[in-house]
Amino acid sequence: MSPLNRRVFLKSSALAMFGIGSAPHWLARAAEVAERRKKVLVAIFQRGAVDGLNVIVPYGDQLYYDLRPNIAIPKADVIQLDGRFGLHPSLQPLKAIYDARRLAIIDAVGSPDPTRSHFDAQDYMESGTPGLKATRDGWMNRALPEIKGPVSPVRAVSLGNSLARTVRGPIGAIAVNNLAEFQVRDTASSMTFESMYDKTPDKVLNGTGRETFEAVKLLQSIQNQKYTPANGAQYPQGRFGQSMEQIARMIKANVGMEVAFADIGGWDTHVNEAPQLANLLRDFSQSLAAFHQDLGEYMDDVVLVTMSEFGRTAKENGNRGTDHGHANYMLVMGSPIQGGKVYGDWPGLEHEQLYEGRDLNLTTDFRDVLSELVTKHLGTRDAEKVFPGYKNNRRSLALVSG
Amino acid sequence: MKSRTITAVAVSAAILLVPVISASADLFHKKLPKNEEIVHALNRLTFGPRPGNVEQVKKIGLKKWIDLQLHPDNIAENPELLAKLKPLDSLTMQQAVLEERYPSPQMIQAVAAGRTPMPTDPSDRLLYERLAQRYKSRLEKKGLDASKLAEPDRAKLTDILTGDQIRIAEKGTADERAALLKSLPNDKIEQLVYALPGGGRKLFADASPEIRRKILQTTAPQQVVARDLWEGKLYRAVYSNRQLAEELTDFWFNHFNIYLDKGADRYLTTAYERDAIRPNVLGKFSAMLKATAQSPAMLFYLDNWQSVSPHAFTGNRRGGPNAPKRQRGLNENYARELLELHTLGVDGGYTQQDVIEVARCFTGWTIKDPYRGASFEFNPRMHDPGGKTVLGVKIPAGGGVDDGLKVLDIVTHHPATAHHISFELAQRFVADNPPPALVDAMAKTFQRTGGDLREVMKTMLTSREFWSQGAYRAKVKSPLEMVASALRATGADMTVAFGIANKIGDMGEPLYRKVEPTGYSNAGAEWLNSAALLERMNFALALTRNNLPGVKVDQQTLDGTPDALARAFLYTAVSPQTRQAIAANNERASVAGLILGSPEFQRR
Repeated sequence: MSPLNRRVFLKSSALAMFGIGSAPHWLARAAEVAERRKKVLVAIFQRGAVDGLNVIVPYGDQLYYDLRPNIAIPKADVIQLDGRFGLHPSLQPLKAIYDARRLAIIDAVGSPDPTRSHFDAQDYMESGTPGLKATRDGWMNRALPEIKGPVSPVRAVSLGNSLARTVRGPIGAIAVNNLAEFQVRDTASSMTFESMYDKTPDKVLNGTGRETFEAVKLLQSIQNQKYTPANGAQYPQGRFGQSMEQIARMIKANVGMEVAFADIGGWDTHVNEAPQLANLLRDFSQSLAAFHQDLGEYMDDVVLVTMSEFGRTAKENGNRGTDHGHANYMLVMGSPIQGGKVYGDWPGLEHEQLYEGRDLNLTTDFRDVLSELVTKHLGTRDAEKVFPGYKNNRRSLALVSG
Repeated sequence: MKSRTITAVAVSAAILLVPVISASADLFHKKLPKNEEIVHALNRLTFGPRPGNVEQVKKIGLKKWIDLQLHPDNIAENPELLAKLKPLDSLTMQQAVLEERYPSPQMIQAVAAGRTPMPTDPSDRLLYERLAQRYKSRLEKKGLDASKLAEPDRAKLTDILTGDQIRIAEKGTADERAALLKSLPNDKIEQLVYALPGGGRKLFADASPEIRRKILQTTAPQQVVARDLWEGKLYRAVYSNRQLAEELTDFWFNHFNIYLDKGADRYLTTAYERDAIRPNVLGKFSAMLKATAQSPAMLFYLDNWQSVSPHAFTGNRRGGPNAPKRQRGLNENYARELLELHTLGVDGGYTQQDVIEVARCFTGWTIKDPYRGASFEFNPRMHDPGGKTVLGVKIPAGGGVDDGLKVLDIVTHHPATAHHISFELAQRFVADNPPPALVDAMAKTFQRTGGDLREVMKTMLTSREFWSQGAYRAKVKSPLEMVASALRATGADMTVAFGIANKIGDMGEPLYRKVEPTGYSNAGAEWLNSAALLERMNFALALTRNNLPGVKVDQQTLDGTPDALARAFLYTAVSPQTRQAIAANNERASVAGLILGSPEFQRR
């Protein structure tokens, strides 16, 4: 179904459920929203600081093997990309997407803030303001383009049972743990709660409550249907795969979602890294590949970007693991992306090339990547508003085509 | 190496992170009306008022009641709680006994393979033999049709039950099955558990908590340990008379957070909470800090047990099968979190070099036999004997185990620690953005008393800010607080707490399962989102309709007008808006659930 037909279909079928004239306000809004072709940006956070050097492997650099005698990915196992860099073998599911030029890698990228605290670094990356703790909202909330007229209640969605910092902010954002359970399971009580939270003088609970019930009503039309991923896509079992599947569902249902956030934890590999990393990356890459396959032509409007709070020490530690480091990698996926390429300057692994003599140095600021996606893909006019105080002095990475 | 310097002024900036969900500053100067003081105290210092609590406090006197809560040893414990805790025997076991009585799958495999001897205790031995037997037969059946594995072992079944009984067990109604179970002696039930696939989950679905516990112990003993922790925590929150101690235990466990599902911590968390946290929540901060630093649970969680001096002898180290291999370097994990989370706070003025120096001090602080009895041990061969400088203080070479103790002493007396701890307590007990003057007063007490936590609490509880309108109902309940307060308000009888613990997880607070060392935020914003809010509403309805397994609410207590029920649950009138919404709902049975799910009940 072409995008145009899809939109018409949504509008007419949704209206048919209620009958002309009795369609509630939100549905008129949703139909309105559906009239426009929505661009979607999906952000994935690998919490715990993934060991980038063992994911995007600089197998062409002997120093890499010298620094990591026990945990380096052997040359023979690396999925080679360009003679210098290769993928961890668990990223096999992403190779075809890379080859189709819909997946780009940015290496030696991250936050310029020197902190090695998970808490601070995640906070800075989610707020989009390294070093600045007073920022109240997340970069994805600020990235939502201005809309005149009715807006969808689910413009910003965070997967899981807490609302991620990245999407928090003045524009209503919702947390969805599981689409099927996103409702009060009793219509009469649901209406009572709705009116209670709609009118309560408690400003905070009023805000969350209103957002909740607007979203509940909008998602009702899809939440009770059985979902079969398209194109034979198979999401792995587990929380992250489920998150990706639900994001895909919401994109296809055209409910007006513009930004989505999901996370996957467990990357803090201080001890015995190899098996943990292999397992996590398998789950990670299978989920992303299934998402790409499931969405098919919808990927024309979708860009997905991954990040992690910082990288890990270039040298392995005493426990076949790695400690907290500095720069890392980011992945960007989607049809609008000029993929099949490793972006970013390689800083090298010589002792004096390393950050503080121990970690991969930073050559690209994560905000360079994100501001390009925000302006060129989402169509947000003012990158300065999304990343206050940040001036991108370098020329564009040219990640987004057109 | 470039070092990182963090200025201490940013503490107030960190506060701005929290969206304003409490009152404006001048409300902290306005006194709370006298008649609201008791409800306020019950909301803050307990998991919510139970029917009759307000009158009890009135009778004792508010001041006296608070003083009692600050001295929990002087409060007689609720016999109802003690009865509920009694079957949860893993909570009181010594480490080695716990590991033996509730063996892990790895342990059973080791016994089955003959690598580890059978336990000597006869009843443990019987358990191991059966589990090993089951493990072996599963191994043998591997490769067979999976559906065959689900078939009960008929030969064994006929040894235990008569033909009629087998028919009931397999095809009878729930009532018939329950009657059958009641009629069987204990040893038969135990045999049945082994004879039926999956421990006979279907037959035992309606069995008593004792029998279900037995089933779990004989099929997946390791899970009993986690389950006892969850259930124990919930029973205490709902039934304990020492409510403040329970609130504080929750607070301090979260402050020194560890993660239940990380390897050996599956067995170490029980003792950690019981021996390192609980006895110290109203004692000296330094005692709790040292107890956590030397607890196998923390040493394991933050990897310090494997941190070794880079200069340590790298040949054949300590013997024993459980000795960690491949130890060759420093691990900074504990050192960093000690400074950032446990003591100074993220803006406490330490550098990356301090983190490294602290890590060097703690080399050699390790665990003796992490999977067998696990106890703290200092291993001099792993230790870095050189001199160190921590936060400007020189620690001379050759200090051994004292290096780590010296670090704990330095950070305990550092002003940033007094401030950080006071801020966190005030955020938990007063308001998301606690007034700086209050935090300063508490920090002063902390420093003056050498970190006496009871005195710090007293400063808070006698402050003008605590008894102000700015603090009144300013906090959004955490999921645990919401659930426990609902159970307390309705006088619910909880016989199985496991399902309730899962609900709390669905609301965003899996108990003992916060992966990150940060723990959960003490601010209400952490809990406010749509998915969690819907869970709260669904929980409130399910509780009052008796739709939650293991929990019963006497429906008569839920009878009443919306106003009467609101007074009973909230000790205050609901807003006209809430009253109106409830009045429009004509399904009477829901009223109690609607109040527990209302905006008003989400605050404390």
